[in-house]
Amino acid sequence: MKPPRFDYFAPQSSAEALAALAEEGGEAFILAGGQSLLPLLTMRLARPRLLIDIMRIEEWREIRLEGGAIRIGAGVRQAELESFPGLARHQPLLALALPFVGHPQTRSRGTVCGSIAFADPSAELPLALLALEGQVHLRSRQRARSLAAADFFTGTMASARAEDEVIEAVSFPVAGEGCGYAFREVTRRGGDFAIAAFAAFVDERSARLGVGGVADRPFLRFMPRPGTKDLDEALDAFAFDLEAREDLHASARYRRELVRRLGRLALEEAERCRA
Amino acid sequence: MPRLNGERRHRIAFTLDGKPVSGEAEPRLLLSDFLRHVIGETGTHVGCEQGICGACTVEIDGRPSRSCLTLAVQVEGAEIRTVAGLAAGPETLCVLQEAFRARHGLQCGFCTGGILVSLNALFRDKPEASEAEIREVLSGHLCRCTGYVSIMEAALAAQKRLSGKTHA
Ligand SMILES: Cc1cc2nc3c(=O)[nH]c(=O)nc-3n(C[C@@H](O)[C@H](O)[C@H](O)COP(=O)(O)OP(=O)(O)OC[C@H]3O[C@@H](n4cnc5c(N)ncnc54)[C@H](O)[C@@H]3O)c2cc1C
Ligand code: FES
Ligand code: FES
Repeated sequence: MKPPRFDYFAPQSSAEALAALAEEGGEAFILAGGQSLLPLLTMRLARPRLLIDIMRIEEWREIRLEGGAIRIGAGVRQAELESFPGLARHQPLLALALPFVGHPQTRSRGTVCGSIAFADPSAELPLALLALEGQVHLRSRQRARSLAAADFFTGTMASARAEDEVIEAVSFPVAGEGCGYAFREVTRRGGDFAIAAFAAFVDERSARLGVGGVADRPFLRFMPRPGTKDLDEALDAFAFDLEAREDLHASARYRRELVRRLGRLALEEAERCRA
Repeated sequence: MPRLNGERRHRIAFTLDGKPVSGEAEPRLLLSDFLRHVIGETGTHVGCEQGICGACTVEIDGRPSRSCLTLAVQVEGAEIRTVAGLAAGPETLCVLQEAFRARHGLQCGFCTGGILVSLNALFRDKPEASEAEIREVLSGHLCRCTGYVSIMEAALAAQKRLSGKTHA
């Protein structure tokens, strides 16, 4: 099918974009990389009156290291972050997770912030943002605010973003001394959305496991350190508490089993990488 | 660019395979349809129109991308390269195309244009790409005929011939 009619506006300044968004209310959609929005339009699952293309706004196209975090602007494409010099050193989890986001031919256009905005429960970048306890920076014509990732994602493709707000940037904390990271996922084919995805983060004091694709949004939980005997029990409890989804690709039971097994593997791998 | 009315057509101009082109498009017109129906360049194929199959892959400003997930209005001023620009002329084949013909890298050819665009960019930007990297790039393309083995063989043969040579 073909997309329905809409107006198109590609402003060069954030002020123009925010004004247009405020004036149209819920009738305007932000267009970033288009890799999730265009399929919705061609299937006519969305019928906006206006698309506001934010990719010509220079002030949003920047990746910046500031205050112990990598701050990624709304116009930064996934491929640009992938080739950011030293990414694997600044934040290994991002370097590990990005290759799982679609294909090279979609990362060339898709943005980091667009993936956060879309809030797909199986998406890798929302999971990474949550696991690292990153921040979402929102801006409307009236105000600016920052939310912790855990407060931003509220359900399947649902977030705390108001209609007149843009995700101006997201920030991922940079890696600290003595931290280890691992990323694992299960898919039917390379590049598909994850049936279940795991982001593990271990430092000197604690171990954390983020799980995507299992519940209606990614979840993060502190875990016993790998190698301690309580880990099995904690993974089992996490697997049940997630109230796993059941769909065409996998049963809830299979997803729970993935949490137990791959959750453990991810934590163990993160612990090994710490050295 | 001012706000473009969805009911009207607007003039869009960009560079296509090294030459300036322009045409009229409603904001909702996909780049894939603009190339095929407005410009008349039908080398870029359309399969799924959902970003999955890869048949419509073209280079946008140096990076292989889905033309079915891009609006024509988004590429105003951009540089687009398609399969039609790979060979030096209508009667010749580039190294990659020759390898695909010699190694049976295609049967019906529906997926082939997109695959060639992706591999051409890979071997240009990363001549030493590993087999795993070639496979990752190919994972963005579906082929219903070949079973991929011959595509992989053709890709490796082309890479071998290209190494040490300058690439078209
Ligand atoms: C074949 C294929 C495979 C894919 N596989 C995966 C995968 O495995 N994992 C994965 O995570 N993703 C996958 N994706 C989706 C991913 O490619 C998208 O890039 C991402 O989900 C959305 O980013 P975008 O920049 O393309 O956003 P768009 O499509 O432009 O926008 C998506 C939504 O977010 C809104 N939006 C975008 N940016 C902002 C912003 N800054 N502020 C507020 N709202 C905004 C838009 O209005 C829209 O509703 C896949 C896509 C395709 C086509
Ligand atoms: S037609 Fe564009 S990816 Fe299938
Ligand atoms: S050759 Fe027929 S689809 Fe690939």
